[in-house]
Amino acid sequence: MDIQVQNLTKVYGPQTAVDNISFDVKTGEIIGFLGPNGAGKTTTMKILSCYMAPNSGTVKIGGYDIFEQPEEIKKRIGYLPESNPLYYEMPVLEYLAFVAELQGLSKADIPGRMKAIVRMCGLNREKHKKIGELSKGYKQRVGLAQALIHDPEILILDEPTTGLDPNQIVEIRHLIKEIGQEKTVILSTHILPEVEATCDRILIINRGKIVADGSPDALRRAGEGEEMLTVQISGPGMNEVFEALMKLEGISSVDPLEGEHRYQLASKGGLATREAIFRLCVEKGWVLTEMTPIQTRLEDIFRQLTLN
Amino acid sequence: MSNIWIIAKRELQTFFDSLIGYILLVAFLGITGFLTWILGTDIFLIGQATLEPFFQWAYWTLFFFIPALTMRMIAEERKAGTLESLLTRAVSDWQVIVGKYLACLLLIALALAFTLPFYLVVSWLGPVDHGAVWCGYLGLLLLSSAYISIGLFASSLTNNQIVAFLLALLIGLFFQLLFDIMAGSSTGGIAALIHYLSFTAHFESISRGVVDSRDVIFFVSFTLLGLILAEMQLLKRNIVG
Repeated sequence: MDIQVQNLTKVYGPQTAVDNISFDVKTGEIIGFLGPNGAGKTTTMKILSCYMAPNSGTVKIGGYDIFEQPEEIKKRIGYLPESNPLYYEMPVLEYLAFVAELQGLSKADIPGRMKAIVRMCGLNREKHKKIGELSKGYKQRVGLAQALIHDPEILILDEPTTGLDPNQIVEIRHLIKEIGQEKTVILSTHILPEVEATCDRILIINRGKIVADGSPDALRRAGEGEEMLTVQISGPGMNEVFEALMKLEGISSVDPLEGEHRYQLASKGGLATREAIFRLCVEKGWVLTEMTPIQTRLEDIFRQLTLN
Repeated sequence: MSNIWIIAKRELQTFFDSLIGYILLVAFLGITGFLTWILGTDIFLIGQATLEPFFQWAYWTLFFFIPALTMRMIAEERKAGTLESLLTRAVSDWQVIVGKYLACLLLIALALAFTLPFYLVVSWLGPVDHGAVWCGYLGLLLLSSAYISIGLFASSLTNNQIVAFLLALLIGLFFQLLFDIMAGSSTGGIAALIHYLSFTAHFESISRGVVDSRDVIFFVSFTLLGLILAEMQLLKRNIVG
């Protein structure tokens, strides 16, 4: 199922949480909402999952309108809310059965489906315990299991990996990727490596607006107005090298780094600059021992776009 | 209907998982039993085979017990955030409210069913007006239904259970007692209106053994109004968030 969002706006009192945003999600895409706290990620997800209505704008999910056929949409969506709310006094299996029934699974399908989900989410050893007795990581798995139990076509996960240990994070990401092969997944996070590891596409949201939209690579490229290079040139004194590098065309800054004869350069020229550095070294008889282009990290782009 | 039943089933299960259900049953039977059979003004003093004292005491016991049942139903879910995950499933807000209402009503019906031995004992003691007894039970159920709807509405207003409990008692007190008193000290159309709103008058006329459709309609429409108000409280998230 695909999602089409147009001119979505949600206002809480004096605050505009979501400000006229539009985007499309294609079937089978894993899309990550990225943004600082309070950017409007959760609000957008609450609207998509038909929890609350926007002030204006339209959302169509698989052709169904959120105002006209919310029941149809709710049946096809699996939603993990932000704080992973669960009924702590219920045992895991009982809770999953309750959810499965509510989501309209037939009585005959429920046991098989539950078994599969329990295995998929690694809950087998904990399935008879009360949810309140589980550790945070296992609660998170129950949260995922309840979102997946009815085999939804769209999965909306609000910060799915909070509170998990590194091993569990890797497992959950793996699980999301696996699910994302057939289903549409929207997840939100403010952990950058997470979107890089799992998402096909990133929407960076800040103050209710979309400030960037694209694949992790495309965003990185867009953020690379300048290429960063680390070079190590051994031989002469630091000042001499520094001045010679500054004179090269296309280099805007040179920072000496810690360690022997290493410099970080910001260049605009791309390949031409790298060649110029090489020629400079040949000309002067210096030994170029290292030249590494540094990828602009997503963190930098994120900070650039959201700090203003 | 099936969604309503799924919700009601879970609520009932929660009552008994969290012991609230057992505590309510034991306390209700204990208190009404004590007041009816053992306290000074008890059933033996009247010298008639009647369950009238029991109905009078149950009338007050339910007034306090029902808010204790309903207080957590929406307030707690709102606080824990489970309301969000519940309302994003394939159910409507109305089904959630009615499911919770039904669970409470069933628990009260169960509590009342456990008092049927009272009825057996009284009918063994002497000739009993069977019609009046069944009417009394019907009256208690209708009354409970109205209190449950008040309780659910109060619970939908807040995310604090204690506030919900006190609010339900406060609203209930008007219908239970204050309107009755106020009606006595006013005159004309206003007195008639206030008197009409008082639960006491409607309950007494039913428990006397006269099932007037106007009394039944009063309680049923009162219940519906409470449930609709509670639903509106849930739907409010669409406007103000």
